[in-house]
Amino acid sequence: MLSGWGRVPVVQGAELRSEDLARLTEDLPLTRGLGRAYGDAALPAPSDRLVAGTTLADRILSFDPETAVLTAEAGLSLDELCRVFLPRGFFTPVSPGTRFVTLGGMVACDVHGKNHHREGTLGSHVLSLTIRTGTGDVVRCSAKEHDDLFRATIGGMGLTGAILDVTLRLVRVPSTSILEECERVHDIDQSLDALKSASARWPMTAGWIDCLASGRHLGRGVVFRGRWAEPHEVPPSPRSQPRNLTVPFDIPGWVLTEPAVRVFNALIYWRYRARHPSAIVHPNTFLYPLDAVAHWTRLYGSRGFTQYQCVLPDSSGREAVARFLTVLTRRGGASFLTVIKDCGAEGIGLLSFPRPGISIAVDLPMRRHNTQSLVDALNEVVIAEGGRVYLAKDALTRPEHFRAMEPRLDAFLAVRRKWDPERRIRSAQSVRLFGW
Amino acid sequence: MVKRPANVVVLGATKGMGRALARRMAERGDRLFLLGRELDELRRSASDLQSRSTVHHDVGVAVCDLERLETFDAALDQAEAALGSLDVVVVTAGQFATQDRLEQDPELAHRLLTVNFANTVTFCERARRRLLARGGGTLCVFSSVAGERGRKRVVLYGAAKAGLSGYLEGLDHRYRAEGLVTVCVKPGFVTTSMTEGLPRPPFAGHPDAVAKRVLAAIDRGKSVVYAPPMWALVMFIIRLLPRFVMRRLDF
Repeated sequence: MLSGWGRVPVVQGAELRSEDLARLTEDLPLTRGLGRAYGDAALPAPSDRLVAGTTLADRILSFDPETAVLTAEAGLSLDELCRVFLPRGFFTPVSPGTRFVTLGGMVACDVHGKNHHREGTLGSHVLSLTIRTGTGDVVRCSAKEHDDLFRATIGGMGLTGAILDVTLRLVRVPSTSILEECERVHDIDQSLDALKSASARWPMTAGWIDCLASGRHLGRGVVFRGRWAEPHEVPPSPRSQPRNLTVPFDIPGWVLTEPAVRVFNALIYWRYRARHPSAIVHPNTFLYPLDAVAHWTRLYGSRGFTQYQCVLPDSSGREAVARFLTVLTRRGGASFLTVIKDCGAEGIGLLSFPRPGISIAVDLPMRRHNTQSLVDALNEVVIAEGGRVYLAKDALTRPEHFRAMEPRLDAFLAVRRKWDPERRIRSAQSVRLFGW
Repeated sequence: MVKRPANVVVLGATKGMGRALARRMAERGDRLFLLGRELDELRRSASDLQSRSTVHHDVGVAVCDLERLETFDAALDQAEAALGSLDVVVVTAGQFATQDRLEQDPELAHRLLTVNFANTVTFCERARRRLLARGGGTLCVFSSVAGERGRKRVVLYGAAKAGLSGYLEGLDHRYRAEGLVTVCVKPGFVTTSMTEGLPRPPFAGHPDAVAKRVLAAIDRGKSVVYAPPMWALVMFIIRLLPRFVMRRLDF
C-alpha cells in the first residue's frame, strides 16, 4: 500500500529501492523520492504496482567550492545536503517548506520557496540533468543539450523519465543563521501589502493567514521576512534548531472540526502580538517549521487530507485573493494552515507552477462527500481568475479543469510523447489528468 | 584504541551499512581506500566520500571481488601503497538470499556459503597478516545475528555467518595480545537494499545508526557489537530457548 504525504489516495503498490538507480529504473514506470508530494504524483498508475524508490541513490558525485556547482544522485535529500554543506557556507538556492525531499523530487516539482520573488524556482539554478527516458536511454540534458527534455523535466512531475543525477549551483551564505522578522496584519489587504513591501526589500518572505476569520478580519495573519544573518549579528551560541515533537497516533476526525481550527488559528494570531519582532534563528526554524513535528499529517486523522495550492495572477487583481478565500470559507473549508506567498517570474519548466501573482496553500481535511466538490469549486474560481494549481499538492483536480488552467499542456505532452513514444512512464496523477 | 585520523580500507563501502560507516569515517577526517566489485560504483562512492571529507585527500579504489580470491592481494597492495600503512580494515561485503531461494538454487547456495564464509575468512587472513606485520590494527567484519542460533528462516545464510563469527572470536583471542583487535559486528534486521522487499520485523535498524555504533566499537576496540542494540537482548533470549521451542517457531 502506498500513499502520498496527505495519506489519500491509498493505492495497491510498493516501492522498490536500490543504490543502483540506473539499473532499478530500467523497467519501472515511475520514481518516488521521500514521498512528500501530497496527492498521487508519486503513486503507481492503476495498471502498475511498483515504483522505483530513489532514496538509496544519494551520493554526492562532485562539488567545486570555487563555482559552488554540485552534482549528486537524485535521491540525495535536502536535509543531508544542508547537513553537509551549510557548515561550509553553502546552501540550496531554493528551498521548499520541508527539507525531507530529494533533489530529484525538487527538480520534478520545480519547487519554489520563500525567495521565489528573487531567485525563482529551483529549475533556474539547475545546470544539467541525467535522465533515463521512456525508451530506456540515459540522456544528459541542459539548456544547451536536448533543451526540450530539460524544460519538460523541470516541473514535469517525473513524467519525462527517471531523473538519475542532478547538477545545480548552490549559493554561498554569510552565516548559518537567519535573521527573521514577523509582522502581524489585520486583514487581507494589509496582508498583501505587507507581503509585497517586504518582498521589495527582503530576500525571503511568506505570510500565514487565518482563513477562518471572516468579515473585516478576513485574511488577517502574520507576514514573515528574513535574510541570512551577517557573521557579526550571530550571537556566540546561536539558537538551536527547533525541538522535535511528534504526533504519536492518528488524531480522531472529530477533534479537528471547524471550531477547533478557528480557536487554533486565533491563538497563533494572538501569539504574535507579544513576540519580539526580530530574531536570529536556525534556518530550520524559519524555513521548515513543520519539519519539527514528526508525522504532523496524523493531525488530520486516518482519513487524511489534501493540500490545495494555487497561484492567482497579478493581472486578476488583489480582490481575487479575497474572492478565493470567501468561496473557501463559505464552502466550509476549514484550513488548519493557510500560507500565502507572492510569486515572481515564471520558470523555464514547461509545467512549472509559479507565475507572477499570489500563491495560496490550504489544507483540506478529507470529508466523506464534500472535499471533491470543494476542490472543484476552488478550481472554478482559479480558472476564472486565470490561475493554476500545483501538481505536487494535487490529488483531486479534474482533467478538464487542469486543461483549462494550462495553455502550456500540449507543448509538455508533445515532449513527453517524443521521448516516450511507447508511453512507459506514468503515474497515478498522469493517468488521472492526462489519460496516460 | 585506534589512532586518529586512521588509514582505513573498506570492502563493501558502496552500499548499505558500509556506505554509512565510510561516510562517518570520511566526515571525521579518516583516510579511506575502497575495495569492491564494480569500478564505476567504487568511483562514484569515492567521489561521495571525498566531497564529505573534512580533509583533502584522494579516496582511492581497487577492484576486489569476494568471489575471486586472486583479487585480494593485489587490491590490498594498492590500498597499502595509497595509504602508506593500514590501521583499520573493514569488511561489510557479503551476499544474501532467502532460505527458500537458496533451497531452489543449489548453485547460488554454494556460492553464498563460499563467499560469506570461506572467501571472507581468506580475505581476513590476508588482511590480518598485513596488520600484524605493522604491529597490529583493527579488523572489523560484519557477521550477523543470523549466526547466533540455527533457525528455519536462515539455515544456510546463518550457518555461514556462524562460521564467520566463530573465526572472528578465535582471531580475537589469539592475536589481541599482539595488537590485532577484532570487531565482530552482528547486525539484526537493518533496512538496506539487501533486505529490500523482506517483511520488516520490529526493531528494524537504520544503516546510519548502525554505523554510529560500529564506529564507537572500532574506536574502543570492542570485540562484539550488536546493532541496533535491542538485538543483543533479543538474541540473548533466542540463545536460551530450548530446541523443542525453536523447532516450533517459524523464525
